[in-house]
Amino acid sequence: MVIANDPLAMLLLKQDVEAFLYHEANLLDDRRYEEWLDLLTDDVRYWVPMRRNVKFGELEREFTREGQDINWFDEGKTTLTQRVRQILTGVHWAEEPLSRLSHLVTNVEITEATPGADDAAEVSLRCRFIIYRNRVATETDILVGRREDRLRRVDGGWMIAQRQVFLDQNVLLAKNLTFFF
Amino acid sequence: MAITFQPSSYSGLVDQDNGMVSREIFVNSDIYAEEQERIFTRAWLFVGHESQVSKPGDFFVSSMGEESVILCRDRQGEIHVFLNSCMHRGMKVCRYDEGNTPIFTCPYHGWSFATDGALVGVPFYKDAYHEELDKSQWGLIRVPRMTNYKGGIWATWDPNAPDFLEYIGGFRTYLDILFDGWDGSEGGTEIIGGIEKWMVPSNWKFPAENFIGDRYHNISHRSVDLVGIGPSGQGRRDNSDREGAKSLDVSFPERGHGTVMFLRPEDAQPVASYQNDPIVADYFYQCEIARKERQGELWRILAGPGTIFPNMSFLPRQPRSIAVWHPRGPDQTEVWRWFLVDSSAPPEVKEFLRQYYIRYSGPAGLTEQDDMENWNYAHAASRGAMARRHHYNYQMGMGYAVTDFEDGGLKLEGTVLDTTKARAGEQNQRGFYNRWREFMAARDWDELATWRKNGSAC
Repeated sequence: MVIANDPLAMLLLKQDVEAFLYHEANLLDDRRYEEWLDLLTDDVRYWVPMRRNVKFGELEREFTREGQDINWFDEGKTTLTQRVRQILTGVHWAEEPLSRLSHLVTNVEITEATPGADDAAEVSLRCRFIIYRNRVATETDILVGRREDRLRRVDGGWMIAQRQVFLDQNVLLAKNLTFFF
Repeated sequence: MAITFQPSSYSGLVDQDNGMVSREIFVNSDIYAEEQERIFTRAWLFVGHESQVSKPGDFFVSSMGEESVILCRDRQGEIHVFLNSCMHRGMKVCRYDEGNTPIFTCPYHGWSFATDGALVGVPFYKDAYHEELDKSQWGLIRVPRMTNYKGGIWATWDPNAPDFLEYIGGFRTYLDILFDGWDGSEGGTEIIGGIEKWMVPSNWKFPAENFIGDRYHNISHRSVDLVGIGPSGQGRRDNSDREGAKSLDVSFPERGHGTVMFLRPEDAQPVASYQNDPIVADYFYQCEIARKERQGELWRILAGPGTIFPNMSFLPRQPRSIAVWHPRGPDQTEVWRWFLVDSSAPPEVKEFLRQYYIRYSGPAGLTEQDDMENWNYAHAASRGAMARRHHYNYQMGMGYAVTDFEDGGLKLEGTVLDTTKARAGEQNQRGFYNRWREFMAARDWDELATWRKNGSAC
């Protein structure tokens, strides 16, 4: 589970993981939703908490809690699949016509690799994202935040086992969240 | 040509006789400014739930109309609502969403206020104010009227407003279904942590009228119905208990409140729902039996979405929740969403509901995403110089409502439109805009409490 004792292995692992993240972002931006679903493990956890303004010293209360509170998203593959199916009905008015999306993924850091960097079966990473959404004529949203992912190697490729998304907003400025982070 | 709106103008903007409402009342900034004065400083508004401030010192920052207010339980355990603005220079004394505090200290000049709003600390009180400042006169501005009805905290800025229960009138039956336990036990509900807050680019009245009784917008939800996210795996809600039921739209036009509901037949029995989980299914089944026992014929009412004038809407059953449509300019609404569960429900039930609420509601909810798209673009397409010359049509079901509804011995208060065959009607919306017009034109609560003059029951 470590890092850094083999710099070359880490570099290669990071390259490998980044390539996966860009590929994933492309699938979402290219509206290849079913292929995107195939990148999620069956036990995937997808959590996007809401974010409160709290007093200094009480930051542990900043985010709504996974599995306990109301969150923007707090679900597994079943609900994520329903979201995709909804878009694919063609009558999901909030995404009809489809939005134009660009996912920018940056500041990628691997925080854990198990059992090791050179033979990682599972990787935890932290990154930043910018999601630009433009739809209909002039409607535009820019969502920025931090993401913490856990990837698992399955049949030689990476799959997403966990995604946690920490949005830099309190009152959500977008009227909906019809897309995936 | 500049349009000036006098109280008399409002009857032309809301044309009751012809079932039409001018688009101006949704898009005009002068009318919007008038609404803040005439509606939001006079009506009873929903502020929060007592379970959000369960301990002394707990606070929750809420909103009444455009203005920030603090809901707080003081050291003695009493609940208060006050304006979140320092009396010295107006700074927001609390910029947190919620928490617990012994005191609110203004970050600008340091005036501090106790949890009951009293001014207790003034820097340089001796030297600069020569101890002559009367602190008792400069506490945070408290709402003159506040009530805790079954856990829901409501407030109004108008000291002459009628009591909350008079304001609600016969609509109380439906509000009770929201706040009582599912088994009918009084006030047995609590809020799940996490209040959804988001912006919708639309006038606040679009969602308010949608929730008050728009059965006509099923096409909006076609996609979620195809996918099936309901608690029994189909549609967006359980509909099994509507077998043989009448569809009724209930309006209290003299108050502006309204709801849609289904009335089960006299011989109806509890039916299975929440079929995705046996523990949850059993819980609700037992609750239905207990409620039937407790409420008798009132149990026949299957309450649907409703709105309490002006901007509090709710879904009393699935997903059990409250929405407040805070006005943020004529073209923007800040939506706040609270979710309720039975306090005494087992953890499995609370968890099941929490997941259902999340996938149904709010900006990430599969159902409500499509609503917001419609409100957004209906509003946007009504703003133009040409568009606003034309009224919206609210004529559906005009002339078909009754005021003496009775079915199998069960009498219902209010104006009732039977939409069983018709499937939709717009009397609730007409009732809402009737009340809107009255609020915009009336001088004071003596004029607004029309039911007193008409001698009907409060």
